[in-house]
Amino acid sequence: MNNIIEIKNLHFSYKDESGNSSAEVLKGIDLNIKEGEFVAVLGHNGSGKSTLAKHINAILIPTEGKITVNGIDTADESKIFELRQCAGMVFQNPDNQIVSSVVEEDVAFALENLGVPYKEMRKRVDNALKAVNMYEYRLHSPSQLSGGQKQRIAIAGIIAMQPKCIILDEPTAMLDPQGRKEVMSTIKRMNREQGITIVLITHYMNEAAQCDRVVVMDKGNIVLDNTPKGVFSHVQELKDIGLDVPQVTELAWELKKAGYDIPDDIITEEECVMAIQKLFKQK
Amino acid sequence: MLKDITIGQFFPGNSIIHRLDPRFKIVITLIYIMMLFTGSGVSSLAVGAAFTVISVFLSKIPFKMFAKSIKPLLPFLLVTAVINLFLVDSGELYFKWKFIKITEGGVNISVFMVIRIILLITGSSLLTYTTSPITLTDATERLLSPLKKLKFPVHELAMMMSIALRFIPTLIEETDKIISAQKARGAEIDTGSFTTRAKNMVAVLVPLFISSFRRADELATAMECRCYNGGEGRTRLRQLKSSPKDYTALAITIIFYITALITAHLLKS
Repeated sequence: MNNIIEIKNLHFSYKDESGNSSAEVLKGIDLNIKEGEFVAVLGHNGSGKSTLAKHINAILIPTEGKITVNGIDTADESKIFELRQCAGMVFQNPDNQIVSSVVEEDVAFALENLGVPYKEMRKRVDNALKAVNMYEYRLHSPSQLSGGQKQRIAIAGIIAMQPKCIILDEPTAMLDPQGRKEVMSTIKRMNREQGITIVLITHYMNEAAQCDRVVVMDKGNIVLDNTPKGVFSHVQELKDIGLDVPQVTELAWELKKAGYDIPDDIITEEECVMAIQKLFKQK
Repeated sequence: MLKDITIGQFFPGNSIIHRLDPRFKIVITLIYIMMLFTGSGVSSLAVGAAFTVISVFLSKIPFKMFAKSIKPLLPFLLVTAVINLFLVDSGELYFKWKFIKITEGGVNISVFMVIRIILLITGSSLLTYTTSPITLTDATERLLSPLKKLKFPVHELAMMMSIALRFIPTLIEETDKIISAQKARGAEIDTGSFTTRAKNMVAVLVPLFISSFRRADELATAMECRCYNGGEGRTRLRQLKSSPKDYTALAITIIFYITALITAHLLKS
């Protein structure tokens, strides 16, 4: 598989009004993401994970280093719309990214901007709404929808652009557990069925555990980059940078510390139940 | 309290009024407003009221929605009525006490004024209830598009208008939340004298403004991410096509307007 996102030696620092740079937020990130991958980026507040996400579709331009997305350099302003069409972004607050007062018109917003002809637009909007299971709400006002539904509309607005890659910046942080579940299953389905590359910025461990690959950031650096099992087996390191592990992983880790023989790569409830059953049988 | 404000809300539906071309609806609403303000007598109001009742009936929107949109304006209506009642001095004298006088002219004008404002609100609510804000904006943009030649920022204004409309319910919800939060900390917003309440409103407005700016910033980023690039080369999901029924509706409105003009003229002479 080809790399869809290539980040080489990325440095970034915010500039204040007089043009002075403050402390570096990103300190030399190297990261390649393959087409069709489902990657979670974990990190504590201020770890630079959102800043990294904003670089992928050129909301921010690197101070130093280079990012290419599908072969397009993000610093190339002439290709910015091509880039943003290829890498869509979903933000944390669903209210602040919905432009229109009718669901289907909001989903069409990007297509209207790109000048897609009517017939094609109608088809793509309907397909996008069906893909997130919100087709029957197409004539509703977003203010009548729940947080999870609004976030799915925001995702549909991106899918309608037919991107190769979607970056989601803490899309579930403002949702209730039900909304979180809806959004996660939508994202997973997009990845599985349409092969869209997903970069999920999150601080929920159980969401990260559902991905193919987890990248952990701390203070502007990547500290861990592995499969969920690989990452979550480093319980102590994660705790040191202020992150948690999924509850079941923590349980297994505590059991192991207490002297029980239990594998350290448990990340799902089923695995945990199986392992504990096994322990009982051994006794 | 704030949830009762319904201006700018759209109720999806499929009535004949919903299906009219929004450009025609805007023009019809303008003619309707002219109709309400022709002459000062019963005739134009009666014609206007008939027109309103028929349109509301056709729209299939529950009558109580219109009552809701009038409710927040009741104090304003009351003040208008009272001022007209006491200050207009014409015709037969009904009541006199020291400097306060109530005359036939005063009663007439205050009653007409209240009815006129109610009709005005009902008619314009009907426009926003049956037309989605973006369609409305689209229509305004197209009606004003000749002004583009004069470098008038038509698209930008239309975009601003549609975003403003979109955020009305969001900001109302937020205001409610802030009021509750400030009440929980002991701010008197519903109670206390008028001046303390006014002062305490600052505690609501400041957070509201700050959060609106943050929202504006985030929305702008989200729009850029969806390739927003001004009005050049945009296409529309909502197609505006005028059909015979639009011309019929416009013709009917014009007939109503002319009727109002004629009856007003006849009554005068």
